[in-house]
Amino acid sequence: MYLKEAISLPVDNPYLYQMIPKTWCFLFTLFVFYSTLVYIYSNPETQKTKVPKDVYAGMNIWQQKNCHTCHQLYGLGGYMGPDLTNMASDKTKGPAYMKVFIQYGTNKMPNFHLTETEVDQVIAFLKWVDKSGKTRVSPQSVHWTGTYIIN
Amino acid sequence: MSTLNRIFIKFALLLLFVALLIGVISSVAFLYPESFNNWLPFHMLRPMHTSAALFWIICGASGCICYFKNQQYPDDGLVKKLTTIFIVTWIAVIIAAFVNYAMGNFGGREYWEFPPYLNLPLLIGWLAITFLILRGFRKDTPAYEWMWMTGVVFFLITFTEQNLWQLSWFRESYIREVTVQWKANGSMVGAWNQMINGLSVYVLIRISGNEALGTSKKTYFLFFLGLFNLMFNWGHHVYNLPNANWMRGVAYAVSMTEWVILIIIIRGFRKKLDESRKLKHYLSYRFIMAAEFWLFANLFLALLMSIPALNRYTHGTHITVAHAMGTTIGINTMMLLAIIGYIFKANELSERLKKVIAFCIRFNNYSLAVFWLSLIIAGLIKGYIMVNQPDMDFNSLMKPVLPFIEAFAGAGFFVFLSLGIIVVIFLRIKVEKPNH
Repeated sequence: MYLKEAISLPVDNPYLYQMIPKTWCFLFTLFVFYSTLVYIYSNPETQKTKVPKDVYAGMNIWQQKNCHTCHQLYGLGGYMGPDLTNMASDKTKGPAYMKVFIQYGTNKMPNFHLTETEVDQVIAFLKWVDKSGKTRVSPQSVHWTGTYIIN
Repeated sequence: MSTLNRIFIKFALLLLFVALLIGVISSVAFLYPESFNNWLPFHMLRPMHTSAALFWIICGASGCICYFKNQQYPDDGLVKKLTTIFIVTWIAVIIAAFVNYAMGNFGGREYWEFPPYLNLPLLIGWLAITFLILRGFRKDTPAYEWMWMTGVVFFLITFTEQNLWQLSWFRESYIREVTVQWKANGSMVGAWNQMINGLSVYVLIRISGNEALGTSKKTYFLFFLGLFNLMFNWGHHVYNLPNANWMRGVAYAVSMTEWVILIIIIRGFRKKLDESRKLKHYLSYRFIMAAEFWLFANLFLALLMSIPALNRYTHGTHITVAHAMGTTIGINTMMLLAIIGYIFKANELSERLKKVIAFCIRFNNYSLAVFWLSLIIAGLIKGYIMVNQPDMDFNSLMKPVLPFIEAFAGAGFFVFLSLGIIVVIFLRIKVEKPNH
């Protein structure tokens, strides 16, 4: 009804101008409400667990060394190296394999000259990320409507 | 036009030049990292490239808005003060950010990799432009002013939201933290699109003389559709995250409303052709026409990427880069060059220079087409292999992709050449009198 009314109004009708701020405010309120829901419900973990200090330290190193410019987590980040979301739980790779790369670099990846402790902190961070979920969506999660249903 | 405002717009143009130049160097560093790792590694180049591109768009759009607002209030001291606070703060912080990049000091998030404390002065500067835009804002104002106001206000909101990771509550859950970060990033793109769309409507009115465009129902409808998508259509960035399923549902449903824009573009195609025949002598209009083509192409791509079942093949691939760069160069940059060209009176340049610019626009379109398609093909190959052969190691996966990255890098050089020439011409324009 509201939309029908708006469409039928002539452009210079003052009522149309009254509806513009009302619609804006309505959408803004909806945005605030939705954002609050996203903040609360975007954490899938129901039990509150304290994040270990080494994970935070690893997260800071990840940011300070710009790891995201070359690597992805959940498909977000750079394209030069592999996605590292589930590297820690990968049976063919795992933490020992990752440690060698982080500590010495490769011909593509520079050596960041991290200390032993810092390397362990980066790995602790990546293990923590790994536990949060899987980066690839399984075919079973694709719903007939085109969306995903991820548990 | 005030000297400071002119400097700021030229500063934005310089940032575009820097983004293009470092973009070309970065693409070579991506292909041959071993030659760059010891002196200028890719992880240092990429933040310089992305931040320069990001700041070009934000400074370009906000600088033009400041110019038009100062035209509206030529004798208002407060408007001048707020403009000065904003411009001085942002120029100083951006220079500080690049100095930090050069020294290897990082610590921020993707696209904003400089040390996070620099976000505080950026926020203070943006508050100044927010007050400026709200000053004298009337409810019955034309649609373009609503777009400027919405863009500025939502940039403030999303910029703040982008920094929420600094609060420990958000960092306690990785999924929450990434969701909020990409919610902010997605909506922020919508915010600067609002600013740029408002500016392009304003310039179109000025060059066509069609005042009704600013108050037409179609303009208001597109404004609200854009606003609706800004608020709720950011979920495609995080479809694969194991967060609440309703978030994916909302983003998917809202993104599908953008088909309406695509239909409007197709329906208005014939009218646009007539309009382009009438207005093609305006240099700014040529930029706008290029932007319209890229809007159509990128919107179609975005709509496909917004379907989660297809996003499974495109997420984390070069198709995402094609979309990001296609919109940044093809739409945002073209629109901003149209607006800056109008402000700098590029139409009054010599016939020779105008011909050079028109040639560069065409040349850029062809180069960008190769650039964009190379990335899409690279992404399709990567996406197909990732889904069907998930156990393939990364180096083997990248082998069939690399020839297309080489084509992308080559085309990128020509994008730099064509847009670089336009930037240099614009930087050399001497702007003196206000453009009424």
